[in-house]
Amino acid sequence: MQALQILNSTFVPLPIENVDTDQIIPARFLKATTRDGFGKNLFRDWRYADDDVAKPKPDFVLNQSQYAGDILVAGKNFGCGSSREHAAWALLDYGFKAVISSFFADIFKNNALNNGVLPVTVSDQFLQAIFALNVTDTLTINVAEQTITIDATGLQENFELNPYKKTCLLNGYDDIDFLISQKAAIEQYELENG
Amino acid sequence: MGKTLFDKIWDAHVVKKIQDGPSVLYIDKHFIHEVTSPQAFKGIEKRGLPLFRPQQTIATADHNVPTLNQHLPIKDLLSKMQVDQLIENCEKHGVELYGLGHPYQGIVHVIGPELGITQPGMTIVCGDSHTSTHGAFGTIAFGIGTSEVEMVFASQCVLQSKPKTMRINIDGHLQNGVVSKDIILYIIAQISASGATGYFVEYAGSTIRSLSMEARMTICNMSIEMGARGGMIAPDDTTYAYIKGRAYAPKGAAWDKALAKWQTLYSDADAVFDAEININAADIPPMITYGTNPGLGMAIDANIPVTEAIMHEGEKKNLQQALTYMGLTGGSQLLGMPVQHVFIGSCTNSRIEDLRLVAELVKGRKKHDNVKVMIVPGSQQVAKQAHVEGLDRIFAEAGFQIRQAGCSACLGMNEDKIPAGEYCISTSNRNFEGRQGAGARTLLASPLTAAAAAITGVVTDVRALIHQS
Ligand code: SF4
Repeated sequence: MQALQILNSTFVPLPIENVDTDQIIPARFLKATTRDGFGKNLFRDWRYADDDVAKPKPDFVLNQSQYAGDILVAGKNFGCGSSREHAAWALLDYGFKAVISSFFADIFKNNALNNGVLPVTVSDQFLQAIFALNVTDTLTINVAEQTITIDATGLQENFELNPYKKTCLLNGYDDIDFLISQKAAIEQYELENG
Repeated sequence: MGKTLFDKIWDAHVVKKIQDGPSVLYIDKHFIHEVTSPQAFKGIEKRGLPLFRPQQTIATADHNVPTLNQHLPIKDLLSKMQVDQLIENCEKHGVELYGLGHPYQGIVHVIGPELGITQPGMTIVCGDSHTSTHGAFGTIAFGIGTSEVEMVFASQCVLQSKPKTMRINIDGHLQNGVVSKDIILYIIAQISASGATGYFVEYAGSTIRSLSMEARMTICNMSIEMGARGGMIAPDDTTYAYIKGRAYAPKGAAWDKALAKWQTLYSDADAVFDAEININAADIPPMITYGTNPGLGMAIDANIPVTEAIMHEGEKKNLQQALTYMGLTGGSQLLGMPVQHVFIGSCTNSRIEDLRLVAELVKGRKKHDNVKVMIVPGSQQVAKQAHVEGLDRIFAEAGFQIRQAGCSACLGMNEDKIPAGEYCISTSNRNFEGRQGAGARTLLASPLTAAAAAITGVVTDVRALIHQS
């Protein structure tokens, strides 16, 4: 997993609520047996007409070249639906390093963090303030400080991040390494509860 | 202060609590399937690790399998590769696989309980969000991502932060024509698709106690659709009777020992929940959804909400987008609207009782000419039982197409898809855009409501039909 400390970037706005994992990556693209290459099918059915890559829908934000950046900003309850980690892989593969919303679905949040994509939960007002910005405006996310800042106005909010996950993210550690280091305790647990 | 059922099971499975962080939670049973496991197998192989406890993992092929001619090689090459990969991985790593052709094959959340693998007090995970189904037996069961599947492979543990607890009490008698699917659709419509995010839900009350295990599974199954990490129901005599005698159930002295332990699994009278909701069973009508998340549901005879009535900008936009996708207008009714498809299946409603319920209503009747009806049993064993009871003949006479076990049109990964723009009354659990195929329009409902529409060709209040017969 790639470490993430400070992110300063323009953003891609997606002011839609309840963006579910079937929109992020439709089920028919889950047939792969590797983690790579999902980015090209990110938001596939919102991005292209008739399931045809030759027909991008001009009104969808990923098809509008003025919007770019490492950060996706979406409406409330982002990532609801299935547990498919492919949703996090698709966002990562496309190039997003963080997603901002006023509310995230639980499993998605875990999956994103496990892949070094940072879910940043902000207040509804802050979210609306971001949606009101210009395309060229940038945001700064500081993982160590747990702050998100609108650079143009200096408006800042703190976001929650559990200290354990924070250490992982800052250093690029993953949970599996940690769990393997706990083997003795796990075997002891099995002995006592067998 | 007393403990909740959730706390009792959770506390018994914490190997270690990380300071200011999650807990290392021990997992008793791990289910895997072809779609979310290949990358996890690759992951441990890349690290040069063996499966830590292969005998605690059980595999099946369900999401991606064809539901016709399962004895023939899979035609879709990518699907075939994924299913073959599962076979190879299970062989290599010593995991029991109930794959295509095996008499135990079926949807992962149908076969676990059916084989008696799912037992009270366990922690159960699977790379699939509807793992919450197993909570009906008084287990902590929840969906995980593929990285977490890899964690279980490597250590038989996951890292989890303890969720908050919510209890939903449902008391009283259900109306005629109202079944457990209506209960859960009603709850989700009340509290929204994100109303239980951050919580683990316990369902309680006299209505829940009166339900069969299969009806309880339908309720726990859809807990995730209101954002909950999982749902659970305390075990009781109904639970024990269901498990007894099944393939993996404890036998003899082991049964007595297990039973004694299971009988301690309930929320203490003085346990405190972070949230509590009370529902009167008599208030629950037959339900149907009109939108593109399971929270957008209503009584079958109600009017679709009008967007103008919604104050919150985001919600208004959300409803507008949903109605546009669904081709529906606010203020109108769904009753009487023609549907082109009926899908009876999925881990929510594909068990033998669901099939019996449908057969009872359909017996001696024929499907409407304008509707295609697909009925997909949740497992080989369900299909077999349906045959023994003659249900398959009732369905065939009604003009239903009976298929073989799998997830099928619940998620449209295989060829079982609903064409763009057409309406499908579905007993599955998700009505997301494109869920049943690009452009498909899903109306979620109970097996009874689905069967009623199969007969009339239009959205129908099943109470009227029951009255007739
Ligand atoms: S039936 Fe549907 S919801 Fe259930 S496991 Fe299969 S795809 Fe998931």
